[in-house]
Amino acid sequence: MSYGVQTLVPLPVLLPLFAAGLALALYRFPRAQRVISVVTLALVLAASVGLLIGADSGPVVVDVGGWAAPVGIDLVADRLSALMLVVSSTMLLAVLLYSLGQGIADDADDSVESIPVAIYHPTYLVLAAGVSNAFLSGDLFNLYVGFEVLLAASYVLLTLGGTGERIRAGSIYVVVGLVSSVIFLAAIALTYAAAGTVNLAQLSQRLPEIDPDVRLGIQLMLLLAFGIKAAIFPLSAWLPDSYPTAPAPVTAVFAGLLTKVGVYAIIRTQTLLFPDGRVDDVLMVLALLTMVVGILGAVAQNDIKRLLSFTLVSHIGFMLFGISLASEAGMSAAIFYVVHHITVQTTLFLVVGLVERRGGSTSLDRLGGLAKVAPGLAILFFVPAMNLAGIPPLSGFLGKVGLLEAGVTEGGALVWVLVVGSVLTSLLTLYAIVKAWNKAFWQAPPEDLPEVTMPATMVGPAAGLVVFGVALTVAAGPLYAYTDRAASTLMDGRSYVEAVFPGGAERGQGQSDKVGDTAKVQDDDPAPASPTAVPSSDATTGGTP
Amino acid sequence: MISAESVPNPPDLGLSMVPSLALVLAIGVLFTTGVYLLLERSLTRVLIGFVLVGNGANLLLLVAGGRAGGAPIVGLTATERMSDPLVQAMILTAIVITLGITAFVLAMAYRSWQLHGHDEVQDDLEDRRIARIAAENAPVYDDTDASDASTLDDEASTVRDDTSELGSGDRRRHDDGGRA
Repeated sequence: MSYGVQTLVPLPVLLPLFAAGLALALYRFPRAQRVISVVTLALVLAASVGLLIGADSGPVVVDVGGWAAPVGIDLVADRLSALMLVVSSTMLLAVLLYSLGQGIADDADDSVESIPVAIYHPTYLVLAAGVSNAFLSGDLFNLYVGFEVLLAASYVLLTLGGTGERIRAGSIYVVVGLVSSVIFLAAIALTYAAAGTVNLAQLSQRLPEIDPDVRLGIQLMLLLAFGIKAAIFPLSAWLPDSYPTAPAPVTAVFAGLLTKVGVYAIIRTQTLLFPDGRVDDVLMVLALLTMVVGILGAVAQNDIKRLLSFTLVSHIGFMLFGISLASEAGMSAAIFYVVHHITVQTTLFLVVGLVERRGGSTSLDRLGGLAKVAPGLAILFFVPAMNLAGIPPLSGFLGKVGLLEAGVTEGGALVWVLVVGSVLTSLLTLYAIVKAWNKAFWQAPPEDLPEVTMPATMVGPAAGLVVFGVALTVAAGPLYAYTDRAASTLMDGRSYVEAVFPGGAERGQGQSDKVGDTAKVQDDDPAPASPTAVPSSDATTGGTP
Repeated sequence: MISAESVPNPPDLGLSMVPSLALVLAIGVLFTTGVYLLLERSLTRVLIGFVLVGNGANLLLLVAGGRAGGAPIVGLTATERMSDPLVQAMILTAIVITLGITAFVLAMAYRSWQLHGHDEVQDDLEDRRIARIAAENAPVYDDTDASDASTLDDEASTVRDDTSELGSGDRRRHDDGGRA
């Protein structure tokens, strides 16, 4: 935990925000915008890798503005945050390169960059800042701000160009986003009323002391807010409606990152704030329903993008399964699965963007024969598709094996139902993917298949992500070791609190401490009658505990 | 009383943790009306609903901060008489966020009005397609109980759907709007 590592912590938030302002100011110079975006996200990736190494020897904490933790806001990078940052910045960079490739190939006529002003790059950078802020936040309200930043950016990206179709999809997405934000805000208000703080480390100390029923209420409200963002059934209906209409790179980055930020928030709050596991059974049922309902939706689809959106919903259930086990093995497998799923889902949406370009459509009725005319594209689709379905030896298989192992170790009737449900979901995923493969790549090609050359600038990043997905498989051993360590930090929680409050400083710092002391002194004072002293000391400590 | 002894000439600030009933009622009314409006189909009404619920949440934060008090500046107010500054900071942040989102939704509602002549949130096309498939398959079952059954297709057709008629008519209206 040297000084050098600490300086890296704010960079994933600050750099994209500054770069966004710069890119907005340089809206007349698209080439400068591209350079700014690529350089910024590459730097963010480098900083994240540094954090990944630094956080392995204990959480890295930065007090923003120089104010110590309970008074000021802090950014905390522990193993989970750092790992999420590395994966998300890799995805952001790859998708950015893909969209640049698309823009260059299309001569900036039909690309995301040219619509309607040069808003794409600044918004994309703000999205990156919001995602990083959510991952790094050590404060519930700062987490809310991170969510709002990334949601506001995603509203703009989803409705780029303002076509009728995107406004239709955007309306649903924005309204659902608004509702989840308000629920989150109300949950923060209740948390503050009950515990008198929004600092996550301090909350983990105070929440065990408050009324268990109040705590349960707060937990459920936070779960509701994050559940909408993570698209957990029955809060998932918005996702397959809104994602497919956006431009391919935007859909890819949304599918990869946004729901996982919700999953991350669930992991963080469940492990740090509510370790008593009172809603684990509810989470298990929700995980099962999310898996099964999601994949049945995918099977019914006739459009690759919608099919993938439904598999996205379905596989959130796997992560929830790992979380609901509330064991180190389960959490570790869940984190591994998040990493795998971010990669594979982003890759598939990028490749589908290529499929749409080559075949002129994403509807399975109109596609065909792509395996013959574009064998390279077929390989690019086949590898991540099999990875998603969990075919050995790819990382999807390893993640599922880890989950099943953790579930079998845990035992219990409900867990066994979940184990069977997840195997069934894997098979149905394979069915849905094979159906898409058969129709798009093997059925007789349509007669009017246009001759399109695939620009290398688009194929390159997509191929890079496919290779990254395979690399996750190859490096699964070290990665699993890392997620094991991350999970043990999470399930313990003490190292997080100690990192935020070094030297064991705990409740009662700053102004609230003085108030508490004054009240205590007055209580000890024999002169005033105790009936008057007790309510007023309650009032002062309760007001600003 | 503690405060009476420590602070000379104390104003009556109502030093109690019991929140004002008026505030609690206002929060309740804002949330109920806001949720009602959020359930509407028109984006403008949804937006008004969001603003109401958002203000309800802001008031909730204010109540969460405890009693009212003096300005939280050291030297100006005795420590135990200060109001909680943190909730006010959070409310200000939330207000700014609400402002930005409101502007965006207004722009989206206007764009929807430009394109379609109204700002209603529309049905999803695939949902309608699946509803049609379900309707086509409906005769497989012979449901004798429901004599006056209307098919899903009939029901679907009563819902306004402008995405299928994004043709000349709406485009013309859009152009008129642009000229006006």
